[in-house]
Amino acid sequence: MKPTYQQPTERGYYGQFGGAFIPEMLYPNVEELRQQYLSIMAEPEFQQEYQQLLRDYVGRPTPLFEAKRLSAKYNTRIYLKREDLCHTGAHKVNNTVGQILLAKRLGKTRIIAETGAGQHGVATATVCALMGMECIVYMGEIDMERQKPNVYRMRLLGAEVRAAMSGSRTLKDATNEAIRDWISNPVDTHYIIGSVVGPHPYPDLVARLQAVISEEMRKQLLEKTGSELPNYVVACVGGGSNAAGAFYHFLEEPSVQLVAVEAAGHGVHSGHSAATSVLGTPGIIHGSRTLLMQDEDGQITEPYSISAGLDYPGIGPLHAFLADSKRARFISIEDEAALKAVAECSRLEGIIPALETAHALAALDQLGAGPDDVVVINLSGRGDKDLETYIKYADAIM
Amino acid sequence: MNRIKDAFDKKQKNLLNIYFTAGYPSLHDTVPLIKALSEAGADLIEIGMPFSDPLADGPVIQASSTVALANGMNLRVLFEQLKDIRESVPETPILLMGYLNPVMQFGVDNFCREAAAAGADGIILPDLPLDDYVAEYQEIFRRHNLRPVFLITPQTAPERIRRIDELTDSFLYLVSGPGTTGGANTQAEGVQEAYFQRIEAMNLRNPRLIGFGIGDKASFQNACQYAEGAIIGSALIRALDGVDDAPAAAKRFVSSVLN
Repeated sequence: MKPTYQQPTERGYYGQFGGAFIPEMLYPNVEELRQQYLSIMAEPEFQQEYQQLLRDYVGRPTPLFEAKRLSAKYNTRIYLKREDLCHTGAHKVNNTVGQILLAKRLGKTRIIAETGAGQHGVATATVCALMGMECIVYMGEIDMERQKPNVYRMRLLGAEVRAAMSGSRTLKDATNEAIRDWISNPVDTHYIIGSVVGPHPYPDLVARLQAVISEEMRKQLLEKTGSELPNYVVACVGGGSNAAGAFYHFLEEPSVQLVAVEAAGHGVHSGHSAATSVLGTPGIIHGSRTLLMQDEDGQITEPYSISAGLDYPGIGPLHAFLADSKRARFISIEDEAALKAVAECSRLEGIIPALETAHALAALDQLGAGPDDVVVINLSGRGDKDLETYIKYADAIM
Repeated sequence: MNRIKDAFDKKQKNLLNIYFTAGYPSLHDTVPLIKALSEAGADLIEIGMPFSDPLADGPVIQASSTVALANGMNLRVLFEQLKDIRESVPETPILLMGYLNPVMQFGVDNFCREAAAAGADGIILPDLPLDDYVAEYQEIFRRHNLRPVFLITPQTAPERIRRIDELTDSFLYLVSGPGTTGGANTQAEGVQEAYFQRIEAMNLRNPRLIGFGIGDKASFQNACQYAEGAIIGSALIRALDGVDDAPAAAKRFVSSVLN
């Protein structure tokens, strides 16, 4: 089969990126998943249960909202895909609902997850509560501090939150610890990865489960603008799950400009950044060959972003391919610009976005979109979890 | 010829393979440690090439890797340190253990050439997939007379074990149970033994060494009942923590396992 942007090769490659570089201890689990995910997801009962949960539990379809005041300010036609209105406050739950159903069919009884901003951890803890499954979430110690409300939410939902104390004590290290847990519990445990990262089939699995975002966008755009295809789709990228979902059904539509927005931290070349498409080179992280931030010896370097969800030294292999092939345009946004975008969206549209999402909003003035262009921004999450940060930087924001 | 084959030909039982992290506890301990381990009776020596994100390793080896990297260890430094090692340690097989990314960045061909020139005999890269090895690495390894070592776990399917055995011409690394390096054996009684016996009954062409969770005389002797020998890593690293004379501490540790 010819690989496309939507469909990796049988061994999980998008161009030169992807694959499954895992120790033997993980091989049986990952191989089982690889052999079964497509057939399980194609089962009518799976689809029925998944669609029903998306509708009645997650609250889908999420609205596509015409942001008139932002549109006036940027002199273009801006639509916000309201993933912030999903149950638990972000797009992450689209994936966890699907993966918990998959885990049940694989006979697993124990769920582990990694989390950065805590949104994926909360979304995992939520579906575990719903299904009565044991749930352990690994979270970097630094992230536990800067996303405290989400730590309490996970605990309230019955999950155990374990601090990742190694390395930079952020998302990369939480992922390492989750992988080590899976190595130690190879039989009863399913690892719900939260982004389009990790060994094949995870990038494809998570992209398919998030693809509902762009599937809905097409229908809603047709209704609201008369065309299924916008001129721009904009999304923030850490690992890249919300961007994968927002891009998915536009990947093979060359007229649609895909814009991925990374976190530049204090500045792309400041030494405190997470702009992987600029700073990264091909290498292996978390079982996948992709672009990652590393030194000349191949040691993975510490990323930085004010936003815990974007503070990751790699990007999913699909995004590495989109960057490499120039199918998507990558823009980097600094902390301060993201904070300003939080205030702007809050005041112009009455919507307080998550810090991650704010990076996508902050890219609006760099798109070059004209007055008749339709721009869809994936509003991936709401800002409640970031209130403490917003209070701390009130002077910069207001 | 290959020193790994020779070691197993010379001694069929109770082989001790000792792992340590290059550049730990201090940058220039690598060569003195190899000499000390060899003199103390280690039959094979496995040198860890430190990596920032060692997924298959537990906290002890992770911490030693962090220290080694902070000390300035990298592949260029390691190969420079090893360049005369075969003058002082001519026979003991040396294996390099690490993760694929630093090797890829160094260049696989470069890496193999330098490793062979430095006197290495085998390579252990736990995150190198078998199919990728066959497709891209096997020919390079062969050209430099480097033997790959692959891991087998209790969950590895029999047909996959056969395939690994076919691709191997050194020894099979039997991971003792679920978990990363340095963990305790938490399996129910008899489970581990049944796994070792199941592998033994397969009559594989390569000898086997058991690793993960082996750390003292008792666990070493127990493992040796089911295989040609065993691998110890984390326990040695722990024994080197905070000592003034790392080679002397390493010798004491090996003696405590063997005597």
